[in-house]
Amino acid sequence: MDPQLEAFLRQVLVGLSIGCYLALIALGYTMVYGIIELINFAHGDLFTFGFFISLTIWGLFDVPMPLQGAWILALPLIAVVVVVLTGGLNVVIERVAYRPLRGSSKLAPLITAVGVSFMLEAIYAYIWGANQINYPRFIPTTNFLSDFSRIIRFTPRDLLLFGVTIPLMIGLTLFIDRTRLGKAMRAAAQDREAAAMMGINVNRIIAITFFIGGGLAGIAGMVYGLYTGSGRFIMGFEFGLFAFTAAVLGGIGNIRGAVLGAFIIGMVQAMSDLYIGGEWSRVIIFSLLILMLVFRPSGILGSTQSVEKV
Amino acid sequence: MSTLLSRWRSIPRWAQLAILVAIVVFVPPVINILERQTGFGLLTQINRALIYVCLALGLNIVVGFAGLLDLGYAAFFAIGAYTFGILTWPSLRLEYSFFIAIWICVLVAALFGMFIGAPTLRLRGDYLAIVTLAFGEIIPPLVRNLDHITIRFGDWVLVESFNLTNGPLGMKPLGRPNFGLIESVAGLPPGQLDPGVNPTFWYFIIVILVLIVLSASRRFEDSRIGRAWRAIREDETAARFMGVNTVRVKLLAFAFGASFSGLAGAVFASMLGAIFPELFRFQVSIFLLIIVILSGAGSVWGVLIGGLLISTFDGVLLAQIMPSIFPNSDVQSLRWVFFGVGLIAVMLFRPQGLFGHLGRRRHTPLTIEEAIHGDAA
Repeated sequence: MDPQLEAFLRQVLVGLSIGCYLALIALGYTMVYGIIELINFAHGDLFTFGFFISLTIWGLFDVPMPLQGAWILALPLIAVVVVVLTGGLNVVIERVAYRPLRGSSKLAPLITAVGVSFMLEAIYAYIWGANQINYPRFIPTTNFLSDFSRIIRFTPRDLLLFGVTIPLMIGLTLFIDRTRLGKAMRAAAQDREAAAMMGINVNRIIAITFFIGGGLAGIAGMVYGLYTGSGRFIMGFEFGLFAFTAAVLGGIGNIRGAVLGAFIIGMVQAMSDLYIGGEWSRVIIFSLLILMLVFRPSGILGSTQSVEKV
Repeated sequence: MSTLLSRWRSIPRWAQLAILVAIVVFVPPVINILERQTGFGLLTQINRALIYVCLALGLNIVVGFAGLLDLGYAAFFAIGAYTFGILTWPSLRLEYSFFIAIWICVLVAALFGMFIGAPTLRLRGDYLAIVTLAFGEIIPPLVRNLDHITIRFGDWVLVESFNLTNGPLGMKPLGRPNFGLIESVAGLPPGQLDPGVNPTFWYFIIVILVLIVLSASRRFEDSRIGRAWRAIREDETAARFMGVNTVRVKLLAFAFGASFSGLAGAVFASMLGAIFPELFRFQVSIFLLIIVILSGAGSVWGVLIGGLLISTFDGVLLAQIMPSIFPNSDVQSLRWVFFGVGLIAVMLFRPQGLFGHLGRRRHTPLTIEEAIHGDAA
């Protein structure tokens, strides 16, 4: 195989994998924004929380590395615990820091979100340390594709990443499209007061949104840990920004848009790493964001009338 | 608080001025004594706090007066500082005088303010916030990467690995104010008035800077343009129908806000004598926004007092005093916990900001909605 083509294909895989966990974070961002129009700066830190808390839970047991036999079942169990904990944390944050400010100016919850973000990051650094933290390599990295190519690798880790994130994305889309709760969320996103008059408990819907959003970010953090093998207390900020960019790119408040935006960002980053140089990736991604907003503020999938926000 | 304020207002103007001048002049000696007793770097922190006040006053024009949420304000700070760096860094052989360079920095920052303002004019609210955020995120990696610029058209090389910003190493040393003329007139030996890193000297330079920025802010507040800014903050559509040229007015808000930041950036760069890309990260923009919102957006005096309080609180209490009281615990890493809790608490209990009442509410009566919600955004 042509080495240039192989390098390209390898970066495609990299881009897809970045897109996967960005999409999970972006989904929470876009759902929260859809309902209460808050740029939730603390959202990326839930991703970090998922990373750290799953690490701590793994540490409670004597887990073989790589995972073997019945221990593979621990993976979904721990994932559920992580979802409950991160989702619960997000609900608490909403209750304490955002809900009391719902009637006031839009800037106030933005500032408390920043406050929460600072606080969480400092607490992570206090508990888990400020250095790069290694995540145990529970998932083997044997290459499924070794018969075809030595450069493009597809390993159980990739399988885990895609196997967890893609069903979640599809599941969430179906949940919002098909279920009563999803319908209530869409109604609350369109017009909170009207939804309340129709008998929807808006506070409960917002809490559920925060729970789902936080849970997705948490599981993204866990998968990220399993996938890349290391992380740091501050990383949520960076991922939060990229996920937010993804949400805006796809049309903020739009679920499919968030996923699409995340994969575009992932691809742009992977390709600029390969062809332009990794140090320029941030500049390119954020320039893309600016151009997008200037020429099509509603995002790729957002409608200009913004009738349906979730 | 309010009785203190009304008592202050009843003092004749000349006496107010005399008291303020006395306070300003006696700050360095008093602080010097305190520094010697405690061993903390207090005056340096006050200088830094005053620089932040200048920046916050600039951001106050954009966010407080005009109501345009700017999340990337540190970019203009960086542009001011880096313009100063480029103009005075010896390796680039431009070596402009401090007193000329700072005004060029002001101009360049104002131009960038309009440059980022222009495409965002159609955007509102959060979208504007996102564009400015993105702009703020572009600048630090940009200056970090502009140390090997190569511009090439086919075989024709225009610029070959030109080092503009010295990348992650930062630019050092940078120009400082030179008083050679004054020295030669006064018959002093050359270099006598060289500031070096003497914090007292820089304190006075920065006080002058604050006075410039403060008086400009005060003038804007009551001017035609200031009222136009408030009009678009309250209701852009209504302002446009009342004949406010919203495009021009918004651009001016960005330009003036950025120019304050550019000036502060230039002085900051000269004070430190060195600049690095990391000095201008997102945290700086957010910190400034916090000052403006916590102090009470739109209130010039509020931002002045709030800026001083918040940045000395952060730089002195959290960064220096707390760790020395609790030497064994890891207070340093809990610094931001205090900061976060403080932010949330202030927003919950005083969403209009701590000092929002200082010299405000003369032009903008409460709307019915604000009166009901008790909100004064």
